[in-house]
Amino acid sequence: MSADGNGPNLLEVRGLTKIFGSLKACDNVDLTVGKGEIHALLGENGAGKSTLVKMLFGSLEPYSGEICWNGAPVRIGSPSAAKKLGIGMVFQHFSLFEALSAAENIALSLDDQTPISTIAAKAQALSYSYGLPLDPYSVVGDLSVGERQRIEIIRCLLQKPELIILDEPTSVLTPQEADKLFETLERLRSEGKSILYISHRLEEVKRMCDGATVMRHGKVVGHTDPRKETAASLARMMVGSEVHAVVRDAVEGMDKAEPLLEIRNLNRKPATPFSTPLKHISLNVRAGEVIGIAGVAGNGQGEFFEAVSGEVTQQDAGTIRIRGKDCGRLGITGRRLLGAAFVPEERLGHGAAPRMKLSENLFLSRYATDRKAFLAPGGIIKEGAIDSATQRIIEEMDVRKSGRDPEAAALSGGNLQKFIVGRELDRRPTVMVVNQPTWGVDAGAAAKIRQSLIELARSGSAVLVISQDLDELFEISDAIAVMHNGSLSNPLLRAEATFEKIGLLMGGAEPGHADHTVEVV
Amino acid sequence: MLEQIIITIATAATPLLIAAIGELVVERSGVLNLGVEGMMIMGAVSGFGVALTTGSPWLGVFAAIIVGALFSLLFGFLTLTLVTNQVATGLALTLLGVGLSGMIGETLVGQPGVKLENIYIPGLTELPFVGKLFFGQDPIFYISIVLTFAVAWFLFKTRAGLTLRSVGDNHGSAHALGINVIGIRYLAVMFGGACAGLAGGFLSLVYTPQWIENMSAGRGWIALALVVFASWRPLRVLAGAYLFGAVSIGQLHAQALGIGIPSQLLSALPYLATIIVLVLISRNRRLTMINTPASLGRPFVPDR
Amino acid sequence: MRIELVKRPQHSALFCALSPFLALGLTLVAGAIMFSLLGKNPFHALYYYFIDPLTGIWDPGNRWQLHELAIKAAPLILIAVGLSVCYMSNNWNIGAEGQFIAGAVVGSIIPVLLPGFQSWIVLPLMLLLGMAGGAAYGAIPAFFKVRFNTNEILTSLMLVYVAQLFNDWLVRGIWRNPEGMSFPGTIRFSEYAILPQIWPDSGRAHWGFVFALVAAVAVWFMMSKTLKGFEVKVLGQSPRAGRFAGFSQARMVFFAFLLSGALAGLAGICEVAGPIEHLNEKISIGYGFTAIIVAFLGRLNPLGIVAAGLILALTYLGGESAQIAIGVSDKAVRAFQGMLLFFVLACDTLIHYRVRIIRAPAVKTGEAAQNA
Repeated sequence: MSADGNGPNLLEVRGLTKIFGSLKACDNVDLTVGKGEIHALLGENGAGKSTLVKMLFGSLEPYSGEICWNGAPVRIGSPSAAKKLGIGMVFQHFSLFEALSAAENIALSLDDQTPISTIAAKAQALSYSYGLPLDPYSVVGDLSVGERQRIEIIRCLLQKPELIILDEPTSVLTPQEADKLFETLERLRSEGKSILYISHRLEEVKRMCDGATVMRHGKVVGHTDPRKETAASLARMMVGSEVHAVVRDAVEGMDKAEPLLEIRNLNRKPATPFSTPLKHISLNVRAGEVIGIAGVAGNGQGEFFEAVSGEVTQQDAGTIRIRGKDCGRLGITGRRLLGAAFVPEERLGHGAAPRMKLSENLFLSRYATDRKAFLAPGGIIKEGAIDSATQRIIEEMDVRKSGRDPEAAALSGGNLQKFIVGRELDRRPTVMVVNQPTWGVDAGAAAKIRQSLIELARSGSAVLVISQDLDELFEISDAIAVMHNGSLSNPLLRAEATFEKIGLLMGGAEPGHADHTVEVV
Repeated sequence: MLEQIIITIATAATPLLIAAIGELVVERSGVLNLGVEGMMIMGAVSGFGVALTTGSPWLGVFAAIIVGALFSLLFGFLTLTLVTNQVATGLALTLLGVGLSGMIGETLVGQPGVKLENIYIPGLTELPFVGKLFFGQDPIFYISIVLTFAVAWFLFKTRAGLTLRSVGDNHGSAHALGINVIGIRYLAVMFGGACAGLAGGFLSLVYTPQWIENMSAGRGWIALALVVFASWRPLRVLAGAYLFGAVSIGQLHAQALGIGIPSQLLSALPYLATIIVLVLISRNRRLTMINTPASLGRPFVPDR
Repeated sequence: MRIELVKRPQHSALFCALSPFLALGLTLVAGAIMFSLLGKNPFHALYYYFIDPLTGIWDPGNRWQLHELAIKAAPLILIAVGLSVCYMSNNWNIGAEGQFIAGAVVGSIIPVLLPGFQSWIVLPLMLLLGMAGGAAYGAIPAFFKVRFNTNEILTSLMLVYVAQLFNDWLVRGIWRNPEGMSFPGTIRFSEYAILPQIWPDSGRAHWGFVFALVAAVAVWFMMSKTLKGFEVKVLGQSPRAGRFAGFSQARMVFFAFLLSGALAGLAGICEVAGPIEHLNEKISIGYGFTAIIVAFLGRLNPLGIVAAGLILALTYLGGESAQIAIGVSDKAVRAFQGMLLFFVLACDTLIHYRVRIIRAPAVKTGEAAQNA
């Protein structure tokens, strides 16, 4: 029975379980969503939220358990079955087709044969009425992340769902875009629709949701009313133990330290039709400080990382200077030899080769810098030396794995990230550039990584962190700059930065993005 | 005279066109099947064999189509269900096809051919200049033209075609939407096989009504190049096939005319032309990036 | 009923080793079926294919069969070793047959154009020229791939046809032996230009086999113990990680194609200067393609390739003996080899995935599943 006694609950889940091989992604999960309720599904990365929700949407089949819709047990065998029941879903990772138009994308998710032009008209009308305007004939590949999410939402709404599942919707939005989304959700609630809102962002959940179910390691650890909880108590339920706040002391004499990483008027043309050009980026990172770069995904962070790391070189050697030496024309190996270290956004396939062992992945980034230790004359690999270094890093970073030296793909995201960050820290680099240090990483590992970055800076290195997670940046940075459309704003000192200011810059609203070539900070 | 030349160009272009259209559909669904040459030659040998045994060239044509489709199932099973490497499996299909067809065809070498007759429409076929060209060709020529336009309409004007293109663009998203990626790909692969088989049947039942070992002579590979050259658009495949047909015929005529160029060099022209065309089209990276089906050749394992 | 693949967290070491044998076994079964369909006794056929060619080898005075095996295996191993480096680095060189021919032609320049040049240095020069010719021919698809992003599969393959036609033109035209009674082919090479046999008393095997073994060991060492080998593997598996490591994909394309082109060219000149002793229009019998099968059967490991090369050489000999004994066409060998590659690829799936056969759709109380 529902909370207010008016008939059965819209959705009741009892004992739902899903097993992947030996991993219990969902273990005996219970969940209840009433009509006209915004219900939060809380948990950190890897808790099982996405898996649970995919079962509700018919993308995955449960191993055991029961799903009841409006009081009657149902079997949701496919997304079309879910849609017929009235369940709609907006995925965290969009299921969009880059080469097709918005209308074509929407048409593909509707199971009927309505002509595209009709769908386009309906979609456009709906989008405007809900305050999320959309041009149905635009090609998805040209759209920003926020605009793409609108397509996902509109196509969900076109099927008139009773329950809308949103999987981490604000992770790709600026604070202002997120506010717009919340307005839309409140409107939907007032129309009697229910929303299942998956998030790990506690402030949002407290603001929007009537009820919450908290998951940890595949199990439900509690049901609660988030408005009656504090962010701290919710966090404790999610993580299970006190998470040590990251310690960040100010350092004396930082203004007088010399810049170890200088980026001067970095420009880069788009490499592919879908990539972002970089325009006149200038930034200095001094010894002892952590500079953060905020920004929504897709604004040039990846391109920026490649340019700074040397995977893509510059025409003018003076564009990038490490420890005072021009290195714009040097490749990544040359820059590493100058004392820089890099951690890219993608772990598998970029920062590490998935099918190679951890020791091989260590060798991958350090065969040049540690030539004497790891290579014998003739280019012969010294496996013993690499192996002991690997084990040292594993211990230092507390990397959990099965087997002594497993393949990178066998590790969880958090553990692999700990290893990747650890292998660079092990070199005690003078300059460290990290892109999305804790994306998809559990809270414990994330805290360790952040703490390590701060410690590296305090030991005299220059650390540059690119992140979509504003909380993280506020936690660890001494100053924050914002990347938008390939331009970089002037950095704001931590003390002067607020979520709102940064949010506006992320949305491109402030004139702080004008071309500038002056020395900053 | 000109009409005769154009007819020979059409005859040379037809097998390329059919095989390339088939492969285009396969690649649009995200699968790279390098086994076109193998499927083609299997179609050629089975078409010839069946026509010879039954005396009916049409039965030969149907046999060629069916054998091509069945043979492609081998490829489909390995790459779609067992998720093997598509490049290696396609190669394996070609090697197997060439070997198997040589073995099957051994007894057929030198046997008299069974030719599929050209159509004849009283009145129309006798028209000067255009009569034979438009109304007096073999039936498969007409099939090839209809096929091209049918595939173009299917891909860009129907919902099913849109679904197929979406699978080739992003099989992960398609799967998440509940689209049966593997099922669609199986159908596409079989269609490609049927087309390649038909092209092979054309070779042994119309082009040179005979069985000669390795008679496809690399046409399957040229068809693959055609798909790239056409940026995965059916009407451009038509243009490309006829261009290649012209090059092949051109060099044959040049050989017959006995101009001073050695016959081997002239025979090499179609292959050299293929290389040049491929280089020219791939130079434009922007064009390739936009048109290539993004999932092409990438393995897909659905999570269930 | 459907088949489902469950990704293994790591490669199965067991199946890495087992898969080629499994594939061989399945090929034997499929071959037996094929022979039955052809109306031949399958056991006889298999005997003549695999056992008969080796019956004499235990007799020390009768080693000629081993020699024949070595002669057939040498070019297969040489080419396949080069191809393994290519495939490991994700460069799909399908044109080894063309590079083989290029090596044969370029290596034959000295004996054909300078037949009077008689010195011990002729043969080494020929071998070097052969390697250079093959490498240069392999550089063409590499160049197009690096500079124009052109698919190397199609370009390298088209070049095979070009090479065949070019060779045909040469041996029928300007290089034809004037005293050859209008048969195509060059003059027979003089003594200094012939690749000697290793143990002439017991058989015809020539030094090409030794080169093949040396190449296999050298490349194996490079691939498993050195930085270069590591570079090959990373760029092949994860090109972006390779770039992150500082490796150059463009350089690797050239490295792979030049190396495999050189080895294929060496195989070419060894064939021509060895068993055939002159250049003719029939030198291209598909070693370049069979070597692809050898490479995969050997799991792209040069040492495995030695074994795989011997096995495939055995099928060639078997084909000849079966033709004589039971009248099966020697074209069946090709079919055999094609089937083998299929089974190798299929069995390799087991290395990465566990195969599950699902009998019924998932039910509330759990799936009825069977591990395979």
